[in-house]
Amino acid sequence: MIEGVTLAASASAAKPGSPVAAAAQPKSQNSGALRRQEFGAAETLTGAEAVIRSLELLGVDTVFGLPGGTILPTYDPLLDSEKIRHILVRHEQGAGHAAEGYAAATGRVGVCMATSGPGATNLVTAIADAHMDSVPLLAITGQQASTLLGTDAFQEADIVGMTMPVTKHSFLVTRPEEIPHAIHAAHHIASSGRPGPVLVDITKDAQQASAPFVWPDEPYLPGYRPVLKPHAKQIREAANLISESRRPVLYVGGGVIRAGADKELLALAEATHIPVVTTLMARGAFPDSHPQHLGMPGMHGAVPAVAALQKADLLITVGARFDDRVTGNLESFAPKAKIIHADIDPAEIGKNRAVDVPIVGDAAEVMSELLTELQSSHSALLKRERTGWWRILNGWKETYPLGFEKNDEGLCDPQYVISRISALSGPEAVYAAGVGQHQMWAAQFVSYERPKSWLNSGGLGTMGYSVPAAMGAKVGEPDRVVWAIDGDGCFQMTNQELATCVINNIPIKVAIINNSSLGMVRQWQTLFYDGRYSHSDLNTGHNSVRVPDFVKLADAYGALGLRVDRNEDVDAAIQQALETNDRPVVIDFTVPADAMVWPMVAAGVSNDEIQYARDLRPDFGPDELEEGS
Amino acid sequence: MSRHTLSVLVENKPGVLARLTGLIARRGFNIDSLAVGTTEIETLSRITVVVDVADVPLEQVTKQLNKLVNVIKIVELEPEVSVRRAHMIFKVRADAAARAQIAAAVEMFRAHIIDVSPDAMAIEATGEQSKLDALRLVLEPFGIKEIVQSGTVAISRGAKSLTDRAPRSA
Repeated sequence: MIEGVTLAASASAAKPGSPVAAAAQPKSQNSGALRRQEFGAAETLTGAEAVIRSLELLGVDTVFGLPGGTILPTYDPLLDSEKIRHILVRHEQGAGHAAEGYAAATGRVGVCMATSGPGATNLVTAIADAHMDSVPLLAITGQQASTLLGTDAFQEADIVGMTMPVTKHSFLVTRPEEIPHAIHAAHHIASSGRPGPVLVDITKDAQQASAPFVWPDEPYLPGYRPVLKPHAKQIREAANLISESRRPVLYVGGGVIRAGADKELLALAEATHIPVVTTLMARGAFPDSHPQHLGMPGMHGAVPAVAALQKADLLITVGARFDDRVTGNLESFAPKAKIIHADIDPAEIGKNRAVDVPIVGDAAEVMSELLTELQSSHSALLKRERTGWWRILNGWKETYPLGFEKNDEGLCDPQYVISRISALSGPEAVYAAGVGQHQMWAAQFVSYERPKSWLNSGGLGTMGYSVPAAMGAKVGEPDRVVWAIDGDGCFQMTNQELATCVINNIPIKVAIINNSSLGMVRQWQTLFYDGRYSHSDLNTGHNSVRVPDFVKLADAYGALGLRVDRNEDVDAAIQQALETNDRPVVIDFTVPADAMVWPMVAAGVSNDEIQYARDLRPDFGPDELEEGS
Repeated sequence: MSRHTLSVLVENKPGVLARLTGLIARRGFNIDSLAVGTTEIETLSRITVVVDVADVPLEQVTKQLNKLVNVIKIVELEPEVSVRRAHMIFKVRADAAARAQIAAAVEMFRAHIIDVSPDAMAIEATGEQSKLDALRLVLEPFGIKEIVQSGTVAISRGAKSLTDRAPRSA
């Protein structure tokens, strides 16, 4: 039996005169479905009402969605909810990414809702995206009646089956009494352990039928027990490795942001004087301005970050997963380094790289226990400033800073545009990128000082993520400036959500880095396909027919549209955008098609082959420099 | 590559088998044998799956399987410390002349004849896969018309149980 209490008992005990009950009361007069029974007995709700009540009890304040046949029953009580704001999107993929953006910016579970069939399949990209990037996402879908399951009924799709490989878990609910537990469990699974997407697919008849509403104190999940507390012996061994190392590097991934472990990271890094690299998913986990920060590692990483990993004798890996975009050729990645790998997901440890000290646990607990252990057992080590290692690292930082060459066509330089957006908007803003060149530039040229300020589709690489994710972030964090730094290709995939932003007063700012092409595809065609630009020209920008005209498009949506063609006009446009808060702003920045992202490690080659700029290999110095201290 | 027998204790819920087999299939592993049934605890089922795979990828699959919310526990049953059995039924061509020879072979393997018709016999046998393979070799010359086989089930030797400390109610 599920341990539980009736809502009537729990709500009246916890919150006398609960607005939940008050809000639900008028409904009972209309439909007669909601009947208060004698005190102590469970209240009878329809399944649809149970969905809304469950979300309210979980503290969900926002749902992004779009109604349709099989989810209609649930949309009816949603209209009466005083606690839940529903944002009607223009495409379900937008609902999914908006919920992701909401979750990534706030740290709370993002919720999206759609009907069966195409509504549900339109969510799949966002669900897969959330799965790759460990985003806490609760997706609720309507499903055909349980009596019609498997009959190819209208708008029937086996969404539970389809999403099995890309969800953390899923529920197919066919009876109303299962709804409170399924939603509570889904919310719990999505937000705990390694976060991820959970789908609750509810048949239409389960939404329409009534059942006593029994709210479980906690969901019964006998097979789900994430390990949070690291093993003391592993912590001791990790501390020993750190004390023996001469050239350690903290290799920090997105898990540190999801765990909210940035303070523990800062304390550990400062106490040990160990340099930090933050992966694409971890930008903001450690302040960019901090002298111990080396930048982003990986394919388009900073030279000091890439070089430090290659020359390190110890990687202290926290919440990162040795992704191929970070390691390049795996066999030659960090060849001299021993590995401490801490992750909340045991399956990540040893998946790609053999590990010397595995630690399963929550990133914050791991790092605080590690620091405590170092302070108690290796206090002499904490006095060492690792000057030899820092002399080498600072040499790389001075010689190979991030930079770019200005274009000679008189157009905006994409890197300049993005660095000005960062400078004028500041670290308290939120920056959401799409996927491609603009994403890499946004990762490189925005200065991140705090976690949850950088939103992007890292694992799945979903073009079109940015506008809806920025919308979701703005709903979750209405007082922050929220930028969608987008590409002309990405923007055309999801810009319909500008309508949602205008109608619902969600004033995001969109910077289109318009190079008139699928820029990263074009860069690879330049470098690896002899400049044969097969189907990468989008005709949206400079010297093209400009279809569509993004300024007119913004105007058509009721947003403010601006175009900037020259670096001199960049600041004024950004200022105007920052001052415009009554509607969304779209700035179409015209940039040259030939701008490229540097540094770069070509796919599959060793990180030692990093190019600082085209055909320019950095010199990491002779091997004796590697000694460090 | 080597053969591994995994005993997986799962919640008895719809879709659990699909999650488990889907995860194995996505890694490109072939499942040699699969057996599913309820346990002494009615809310729990037990899946015995035999896969032919190298040790390192197996460890990754085991870890991924452990992440499935409905999976309670996974144990690899090593041959030295476990007993494993599969059940097989053969339909063999058997006229009057061959019948006695087949019956003798069946006797030697401690198998059973479960159906006899004028020109065929059905034989059931239980045992380790190697014994069943041996019986098959002996029966082949008579002409095997049909084979059906259960998945291997396996249990550890000694007093310990897979369901020790498992949740008793749901």
